[in-house]
Amino acid sequence: MDGIAGEWVRWFGDIGLGDRPLVGGKGASLGELTGADITVPPGFVVTTAAFEAALAAIDPDGAIRVHIGRLEQDDLAAITAAADSIRERFLAAALPAGITSDVSEAYQALAGPALPVAVRSSATSEDSAEASFAGLQDTRLCVQGIEAVLQALRACWASLYSRESVSYRLRLQLPEGQVAMGVVVQRMLASRASGVMFTRSPLTGDRSVIVIEGSVGLGSAMVSGEVTPDKYVVNKVTGEIVQRTVSAKAVRHVAAFDGGVRIEPIGDAEQRLPALGDDEVRELAALGKQVERHYGAPQDIEWAIAPDERGGERIHVLQSRPETVWSRRDAQPVAQPAARAYDHVILALHNRRR
Amino acid sequence: MDARVTRRFPLPSEIQDVPGAEGWRDLYPFFTRFRPEDDQRFWFYNSMHFPEPMPSFDAITSEVPYTGLGAFTTRVFAFPTALGIDHRIVNGGVYITANTVTDPEQIEQRLKVFQQRAPHYYENWVPLYQQWEQRLRGLIAEVDAIQVPQLPQFEDEAVVREARGIAQNHFVRAAFHRCIECFSKMWHHHFEFLMLGYGAYLVFFQFCKRAFPEIADQMVARMVAGIDVLMFRPDDELKRLARLAVELGVDAPFVDGADPHAVLAAVAKLGEPGNAWLAQLEKSRDPWFNTSTGDGFYHHHRSWNDDLSVPFSALPRYVAMVRAGKSIDRPTEQLRRERSRIIAEYRALLASDAERTVFDQMLGLCHVVFPYVEDHKFYCEHWFTTRFYSKMREFGALLASKGVLDDGEDVFHLQHFEIDQALVDVMLAWAAGSAPVGAAHWKPIITERKRILEKLKSWTAPPALGPMPDSIEDPAVQMLWGITSETLTMWSRGHESPDSTELVGFAASPGVVEGLARVLKNVNEIGQMKEGEILVCAVTAPSWGPVFGKIRAAVSDIGGTMSHAAIVAREYGMPAVVGTGQATSRIRTGQRIRVDGDRGIVTLLG
Repeated sequence: MDGIAGEWVRWFGDIGLGDRPLVGGKGASLGELTGADITVPPGFVVTTAAFEAALAAIDPDGAIRVHIGRLEQDDLAAITAAADSIRERFLAAALPAGITSDVSEAYQALAGPALPVAVRSSATSEDSAEASFAGLQDTRLCVQGIEAVLQALRACWASLYSRESVSYRLRLQLPEGQVAMGVVVQRMLASRASGVMFTRSPLTGDRSVIVIEGSVGLGSAMVSGEVTPDKYVVNKVTGEIVQRTVSAKAVRHVAAFDGGVRIEPIGDAEQRLPALGDDEVRELAALGKQVERHYGAPQDIEWAIAPDERGGERIHVLQSRPETVWSRRDAQPVAQPAARAYDHVILALHNRRR
Repeated sequence: MDARVTRRFPLPSEIQDVPGAEGWRDLYPFFTRFRPEDDQRFWFYNSMHFPEPMPSFDAITSEVPYTGLGAFTTRVFAFPTALGIDHRIVNGGVYITANTVTDPEQIEQRLKVFQQRAPHYYENWVPLYQQWEQRLRGLIAEVDAIQVPQLPQFEDEAVVREARGIAQNHFVRAAFHRCIECFSKMWHHHFEFLMLGYGAYLVFFQFCKRAFPEIADQMVARMVAGIDVLMFRPDDELKRLARLAVELGVDAPFVDGADPHAVLAAVAKLGEPGNAWLAQLEKSRDPWFNTSTGDGFYHHHRSWNDDLSVPFSALPRYVAMVRAGKSIDRPTEQLRRERSRIIAEYRALLASDAERTVFDQMLGLCHVVFPYVEDHKFYCEHWFTTRFYSKMREFGALLASKGVLDDGEDVFHLQHFEIDQALVDVMLAWAAGSAPVGAAHWKPIITERKRILEKLKSWTAPPALGPMPDSIEDPAVQMLWGITSETLTMWSRGHESPDSTELVGFAASPGVVEGLARVLKNVNEIGQMKEGEILVCAVTAPSWGPVFGKIRAAVSDIGGTMSHAAIVAREYGMPAVVGTGQATSRIRTGQRIRVDGDRGIVTLLG
């Protein structure tokens, strides 16, 4: 699903981490994973250049960025007023003609006339090692038909100017001129199970374990907090599953193929069934290890298990971002080398009472 | 530990004599008794070494080891914060407490001495250990060579011809004292390196816990443990003999339940191949069958050489596997590769090169000390100790031959101080030409002590006595007995709620298994273990190796992640929970249990 692409889009197969300024964090990561032969639902990115063109169309003088750059991070009323007005302008504006045709062609190539896709924002500032922007910008699931795709594209652009997103940027003092939005369009999965995976314990920062949280159906049920996911802890070195916690899951989100997401109740008998089998847990952990090795640093990974073309099932990676919380604390080694190995013993015996 | 928790265990002074066994104090020397001020101190039941009530003589296996242990920590190396062990006996159970140093000035003073002395051993570990092995072999040869005089009607004529001028009754006492002296030397050597070795383990465990907060103790142990250790050797010899029996075509007599002597006789009848096999058996027996069926702390822990039924109960299974074309070898190459891989991966996961240097230093030191820490047990508790008990039996036989004892084995119901007296009586009588008077004195005492010992077996010793300590600091206590502050909290909970269906211990080897329990209170019951059962025992020792091929999981009362049961279970890839404190008293044979080796929990299901 790569090759010919218009000026305003890039296929996953043609991009990598170095293309972040052009395709945003999520798009760059999905391109990088695709290039590393990790299974990713196929798709393309509407580039940040398209965003810039759309922004220029509604704001030829560049007043928006100047205005936002001058806002006080505590002035919530001013932030809200500015954000609301910018979003309205984005949603109402007609798209520059070249963008409409490039996206239409790519969508047709990816999904045919009407297959559902996920449309996900991919800001240049998100998912870096310094700032996660987790959940601040829009994602639209089960989008069907080119009109809906184009509307979702506008919504993603507009979400860069949500009140929360603007506040977050102001708080982190990110230069407004460097913030732009790519938009990912990828094939929608009919996920049987989905979740997140941390290749470093979010609880303790332990790099030797992989923590997997998963639930049935689409991942949106977990992200929105509607279900408590099952939790598995896997030893990264031996692959042993060292902990399993199965929770009662009252609902699942499923793709509604007339568009959007449907919430489906789960019968009492099924609620306590584990979302994953042990083999799947081990396979996920191996995948996590592979992704971590590719990036050379611990990752937070979104994943989904969905039917493949051959009647089986496949694990897909939907997102991988560097772990940000514990990596900041690594500067201090837990112990210092000693002149002679046994000095460690002398030191320990001496210090035990302190 | 939370200071607000004011749990305590029963006080020593609150322990009641076992009804009908009120005379137990006479079995042991005065210095082993609890005194009133001992109520102020924390004690725990050393059920790892002394799971049964102590016969009078066997109390020497607490007295002498603690003489050696404390000498090296308190006086020889001057460990900054750790002194030695005090021990007491109540109702036949041995309780111990570790003495520690808390005064900062004293710690500083001891540290200076320790810093001057410990490096000599760490820096010269390998050559000193080689020298140590030679010394131990020398001691074993020495105790083997001790002649116990038979006191015949007339002295050997050589005493006259060579004008020796000393009659053999003199040597009765001298020989006995030399045995005790060799035993004491052995125990000093036993502790010569041990605490330094544990220190190396301890710092590596602590480092791994800081670098990988969720790492399981068993994983650290897997990185530390060596592959070629003597504890596996006796079992390896059995496998060699099983293969050989099949190769030579002399395997027919090896059937379940056959008497070892009948098997030997049957093999001998098979002509040349039979004799070839028997010759190889002799080779294996010296020294590898000098392995105790227990761990060398009781006189009834005989060696494989003394009692062939343990090794011969494992042989039919190995023979059957060889016949079926199954491999019975320990996959040492695979184990080695797997260990290297685990070490390399954990090392790579560390955050910085500084941490990797620390890891290399500490693990390197662990690998240097490991052979001693693991292998000394074969030399000391097994080889030497089983030979020592054999020698003691010769003194028992002498006393029985003089009518002082009904049976030579009764000698183990006397304290070693009392054996001294019993022997002097015999020496005097031989000289005087009269009869020893000991029979009338000792026989009623022995009868009474046997009766008391039987009564004491019904006593369930509390896992600990006295107030909860703030923390357990001594590296020996932590590593050897697997006892930490968490263990104590756990035990005291078990003490409070005996109805709980969960026993908590150390997750020693991963996996979850359900099955029927076989509770072995005594190592001599090892033959009862059936295929597919779950072993529940106080503690296991190297000679239990063959049984691990039959079982699905292992549970023990005592032991940490470096204990024998833990190491072997990991090698066999079966779940194990060790250090539960009370598995043998809470679980019944035939009961259905679940062993969760990932979390360290044993659940009673039926």
